[in-house]
Amino acid sequence: MIEFHDVHKWFGKLHVLAGVNLRVEPGQVVVVCGPSGSGKSTLIRTVNQLERIDQGRLVVDGQDLASPGLDLNRLRAEVGFVFQQFNLYPHLTALENITLAPIKVRRAPKVQARQEALDLLERVGLADKAGRYPAQLSGGQQQRVAIARALAMRPKIMLFDEPTSALDPEMIGEVLAVMGDLASSGMTMMVVTHEMGFARHLSHRVVFIDQGQILEDAPPEEFFANPRHPRTQQFLRQVLSPLH
Amino acid sequence: MEPGLDFAVVWDNLTYFLIGRFPHGPLGGLALTLYLASVSCLLSFVGGLALGLLSVCKNAAICWATLVLVNLLRGVPLLMVVFWTYFLLPALLGQTVAEAHTVIIALTLFTSAYMCGIVRAGIEGVPRGQREAALSTGLGRWQVMAFVVLPQGLRNMVPSLVNQFVSLIKDTSLAFIVGVSELTHVATQVNNRTMVFPTEIFLFVALVYFVVCWLFTSLSRRLERRLDRGKSLG
Ligand SMILES: Nc1ncnc2c1ncn2[C@@H]1O[C@H](COP(=O)(O)OP(=O)(O)OP(=O)(O)O)[C@@H](O)[C@H]1O
Ligand SMILES: [Mg+2]
Repeated sequence: MIEFHDVHKWFGKLHVLAGVNLRVEPGQVVVVCGPSGSGKSTLIRTVNQLERIDQGRLVVDGQDLASPGLDLNRLRAEVGFVFQQFNLYPHLTALENITLAPIKVRRAPKVQARQEALDLLERVGLADKAGRYPAQLSGGQQQRVAIARALAMRPKIMLFDEPTSALDPEMIGEVLAVMGDLASSGMTMMVVTHEMGFARHLSHRVVFIDQGQILEDAPPEEFFANPRHPRTQQFLRQVLSPLH
Repeated sequence: MEPGLDFAVVWDNLTYFLIGRFPHGPLGGLALTLYLASVSCLLSFVGGLALGLLSVCKNAAICWATLVLVNLLRGVPLLMVVFWTYFLLPALLGQTVAEAHTVIIALTLFTSAYMCGIVRAGIEGVPRGQREAALSTGLGRWQVMAFVVLPQGLRNMVPSLVNQFVSLIKDTSLAFIVGVSELTHVATQVNNRTMVFPTEIFLFVALVYFVVCWLFTSLSRRLERRLDRGKSLG
């Protein structure tokens, strides 16, 4: 579904992605973790081309992203993205946040878009919040609306960039629950997160990235039980017991 | 002349101040001032928006050309722009143009140039994440601008826009220089005719400008409050 072949990217002199090779199969949930500044966000942002790659090959849903005939908007419509800061549109209600793209991009009839949006809100547990503006919702609720907004385009792939990092602890669970449902429904997902519980129980693979390179790529049992790379071991020690 | 102010001159000429010779002659006075202001306001809103959008567009040449034009217009006194359009426009078009219209065009050009900066700042003030979120759902660049960035940017621009339009209302008084019989022009005529009441006349005129600007400002405050209603907890 997503294939990175020796992908490189530079920000000026900074080598953010230094030869990434990675395959995500359809229906797979891959968690990406690593220290701050290691290139996690950049990695998943390349998948829907919020960042361009400088070298290598990136294939998403069978399309080579370097091919000249690529319809960027169409690709992005098929790849949902959930941001750390939610990025809901503050001037639109929860419902309007969700229906905007289906109406404008997919040209869905308004009534149908509205019904689908209500169904999605129901699915993320916010059926009663359709008419609220983002500022009237808690962080956890905003993030669930943001997930619904991404799902409204019926994407084949969902990308999450630290979706719970900006949330108060008591709200993390509700967002992870929605993501868990999505994972069990067979969605292909790449999730940047430090929620090791999610990685352990809901992912198929965990990838550790440091300085733009993938150092570890293993099923969660193996990743947590016997990480091979010393930097992964060190990282896991820090994340799992931050006080030591 | 007795000491103290005698506002009888204002009351005696009130309709002249308000509407000029209308309906027996052309519209003038305050009514013409309001006409000049509102038409220029609408046109420069459109013009400013267009210039603002051009100045943030991806094509470097267009962006550069826009900024050159804008800086040229901002670098000269408004009076010069009024003169230019007054003398140049008929020459360019090869036909006479009503003075009031040359003034409207001058005010529109000048105000659009200032609005360009306001619009640009408003657009750039919208957080980057908003654009990215919209792009990530498959919206095209212009759709992102029209449905996500501009609505938020415009809301942030309202106070600066109001300032600009208040200046515009006051700047219509420059039309007097090319003989357009708006409020200031009418006032100088009455003053020339009566000779002895300049203080009363120009106090009155100043008060009228003040009231118009104040009304406009408070109307836009209400608009702002309406725009914000329901969108915050407070
Ligand atoms: N647009 C940019 N221009 C220049 N440098 C950038 C840009 N975006 C990211 N960087 C730099 O690239 C490096 C990798 O950034 P990235 O956001 O991918 O890291 P990350 O692993 O997501 O980190 P974090 O955990 O802090 O989110 C960082 O050093 C960052 O400062
Ligand atoms: Mg990041």
